[in-house]
Amino acid sequence: MNMEAFNDRNVADNGYFLVDIEDYPTDGWGKFKRVVKRSFKGELFVGLWVVMREMIRFDIHTVQYPQEKMPIGPRYRAIHEMKRLWESDTERCIGCGLCEKICISDCIRIDTKIDENSRKEVSEYTINLGRCIFCGYCAEVCPELAITHGGEYENASDQREHFTMYEDMLTPLDVMKAGKQLEFEGFGSITPHEDERVKKTPLAY
Amino acid sequence: MDTAYLIETIIKVVVILLIFSALAGIGTYFERKILAFMQRRLGPMNVGPYGLLQVAADGVKLFTKEDIIPTNVVAPIFKIAPVITAATAFMAAAAIPFFPEFTIFGYTVHPIVADINIGILYILGMMAVGLYGPMLGGMASANKFSLLSAARTAAVFISYEVVSGLAILAPIMMVGSLSLVDFNNYQIGGISHWIVWSQPVAFILFWISAFAETGRTPFHLIANDHEIIDGFGTEYSGMRWGLFFIGEYANMFFISFVIPLIFLGGFGDGSFLGAIGLLAKVAFFFFFFLWTRAAWPDVRPDQLMWLCWKVLMPIAVINVVITGFVMMF
Ligand code: SF4
Ligand code: SF4
Repeated sequence: MNMEAFNDRNVADNGYFLVDIEDYPTDGWGKFKRVVKRSFKGELFVGLWVVMREMIRFDIHTVQYPQEKMPIGPRYRAIHEMKRLWESDTERCIGCGLCEKICISDCIRIDTKIDENSRKEVSEYTINLGRCIFCGYCAEVCPELAITHGGEYENASDQREHFTMYEDMLTPLDVMKAGKQLEFEGFGSITPHEDERVKKTPLAY
Repeated sequence: MDTAYLIETIIKVVVILLIFSALAGIGTYFERKILAFMQRRLGPMNVGPYGLLQVAADGVKLFTKEDIIPTNVVAPIFKIAPVITAATAFMAAAAIPFFPEFTIFGYTVHPIVADINIGILYILGMMAVGLYGPMLGGMASANKFSLLSAARTAAVFISYEVVSGLAILAPIMMVGSLSLVDFNNYQIGGISHWIVWSQPVAFILFWISAFAETGRTPFHLIANDHEIIDGFGTEYSGMRWGLFFIGEYANMFFISFVIPLIFLGGFGDGSFLGAIGLLAKVAFFFFFFLWTRAAWPDVRPDQLMWLCWKVLMPIAVINVVITGFVMMF
């Protein structure tokens, strides 16, 4: 989809113009003239013709929703997903807790422990979706691009506090093995071709 | 009164009731589809092929819904109001000749329930009685939107009765009869004999007031959803609301019969072609009701009054006077 029309704020060049509206008549004769003009100008028939034309053209724009769906933008923020590393298929989350910290509705709960290799490991991670406002801060703050938003917007729950667990959000291993994990392109993700712009840190002064 | 006549009349009544109740349902389907196409939508699609069974689904819904009488309404009037709308709409149909007479098994059938000599007066009167439905329903309900709608109903119908009455007066003067069959026979000579050529102003005026009498856009302010919820229908549910609906659509069909009968030659010489022609004209007028709904905005109540009393009524009076002079000399 071409976003140009939405991003261009310079309305003056976009074919916008002021509609020429006559002043309202104040005296009786002027009003009478306006009535006569409106009665015989045939504007009503223009309206009739327009809808008739659309009916004949039959250019239907209906999306028959459950069968057909509109594509959603990459920046859409629906239920969270937890990504895995492409190299090793292990989870990206390092348990830094930044997402828990930044969450403005306090709905992330994270607990970590030290595993047998003396590495930090996430032992518990839940998001209370009843409280989440899908602001995207967690995805933006995550240093590892681990927590992101997905595109799943058809959700229902039989309770208000619906918790989603770490395991449910994590990309399943078989999907990962098939190389089908979708990289998040929305809020907080890396700009495309960012690596070309990376410069070496100047060490010699 | 002999038995054969009685049986024939009863059969005719039942047939008209059944056909037009069904047509009212199918009319809603056409309305949805045509409005949808004009607005580049698809309309009902899911119930049956192309949504054709939507009417049946709606019917089942309306019939099985709980019949709610809200606490603060005036119950007897609230209950009877929808019946008035539906009943008067069908009663008006008694004087409409739907088809030319035809012979079946050697028996001549007149497809009109009662060819009374005051036909058109009776039809207009019956349709005017129908206004008591929305009005009483609105006043019996216990909310202000319904009350507003009742007030609007009274205002609209009173004023547009005047316009339709005066507009129809000129053709009546020419034909010299109030029976719709006589109207039809007056124009039997073909297209050049149609009253619309000699009375174009009356035709337009009557057409405009038909919109007001059936409460259709652009004069839909009686139940304007975007201003006063559903007006008189706000507190109605289930089949009572459905009766209002059937009444409105039956009225649309009947007025679509009356306009061609008076102005456009009706069923002509009574041949099969003439009958088909009448149906085509009816279909056009019904379609026009839907067409304007897609195309035109609603007018405000004060604009409606202004249009009626300051524009249409003087034109109608002048039309009657001119017709009188022309007929005199
Ligand atoms: S989207 Fe916002 S509210 Fe939801 S978990 Fe992330 S930071 Fe919290
Ligand atoms: S999801 Fe990201 S921000 Fe949250 S704890 Fe894991 S690495 Fe840190």
